[in-house]
Amino acid sequence: MTVSRLIDELDLEVLSLPFPDREIKGGYTGDLLSWVMGRAKADNVWITIMTNINVVAVASLSDVAAVVIAENAEIGAGVIKKAEEQGINILRSKCPTYETAIAVAKLI
Amino acid sequence: MKIKYDLHIHSCLSPCAENDMTPNNIAGMAMLGGIRVAALTDHNSVKNCPAFYDACRKYGIVPIAGMEITTAEEIHVVCLFATLEAAMEFGELVDSRRMKIKNRADIFGQQLIMNAQDEVIGEEEYLLLSASDLDVFTVAKEVFSRGGVAYPAHIEKPTDSIIAMLGDIPKEAGFFAAEVKDLTALDALIEKYPILEGMTIVSDSDSHMLEGLVDDRRELELELLSDDENEIRDAVIRTLRGPSI
Repeated sequence: MTVSRLIDELDLEVLSLPFPDREIKGGYTGDLLSWVMGRAKADNVWITIMTNINVVAVASLSDVAAVVIAENAEIGAGVIKKAEEQGINILRSKCPTYETAIAVAKLI
Repeated sequence: MKIKYDLHIHSCLSPCAENDMTPNNIAGMAMLGGIRVAALTDHNSVKNCPAFYDACRKYGIVPIAGMEITTAEEIHVVCLFATLEAAMEFGELVDSRRMKIKNRADIFGQQLIMNAQDEVIGEEEYLLLSASDLDVFTVAKEVFSRGGVAYPAHIEKPTDSIIAMLGDIPKEAGFFAAEVKDLTALDALIEKYPILEGMTIVSDSDSHMLEGLVDDRRELELELLSDDENEIRDAVIRTLRGPSI
């Protein structure tokens, strides 16, 4: 499934979308960046409430297909700008991490 | 006696710091800012501390070797040591307990190790931003038992701070000092977290670039037995460790 289809199905807010056609394979949830760095796999969708600038760096390093910010967590304009520059898809959901993960799991 | 300090500074070894944060540039800027005591606290490494010691001595600054460690809970803690040797030993411990993920300089920035002449003598291969598996209580214990001092960094930050990750400053960790970035927020913080009332509050620059080093520094009241470099360093550590330990 592509990132753009995920956006439609889950009614996600688009914050940065340089690669709408990227294929999603599996997912990962977590907020401790060090933990995510060593465990999220390429093409995963990563669901988190963390919105620190380092989210972009960790997403690049792990090569995830998209980051989904759960619970409508606040995210700074600087982080979104950085994501666009680095080619990272960032989306946002109103739902908590648990519900978001379940919704993703039903789709893929 | 009051002395100007900055106990939380990053060099070019920290991936997020500018490459012109060389040991000599930091020491020179600290001198221009009238700072008497400066500590080098790179993320999870002490490898630029030997060069920093030499550079500070050239500029008449009292150097402190330190580290800003990332605990297992992703809490940033400033660790300062009375001797370079104690810092290097702690560095080895952290090296052995850190997640080994290769740095990608194109994403995170370079991690340069320098000598006292500001020449690059190496590059840290593994990303220094990743956490160690030492929890905050173990970090405090390890630092205090080595004669150093540990205190939670930028406690009011929404990420990377002890309050963000644990909701408060647990008494059991044994911290006597805490770092607050914005001192105008201190009263509100004390009201919310009463443990701060009895603690020594420090406010460092947490500089990642040279421009960050020239604003006003806070002063620390020290009881000094002499004007000797070792005595000043010991007095800083004594003061921040507090009477209870």
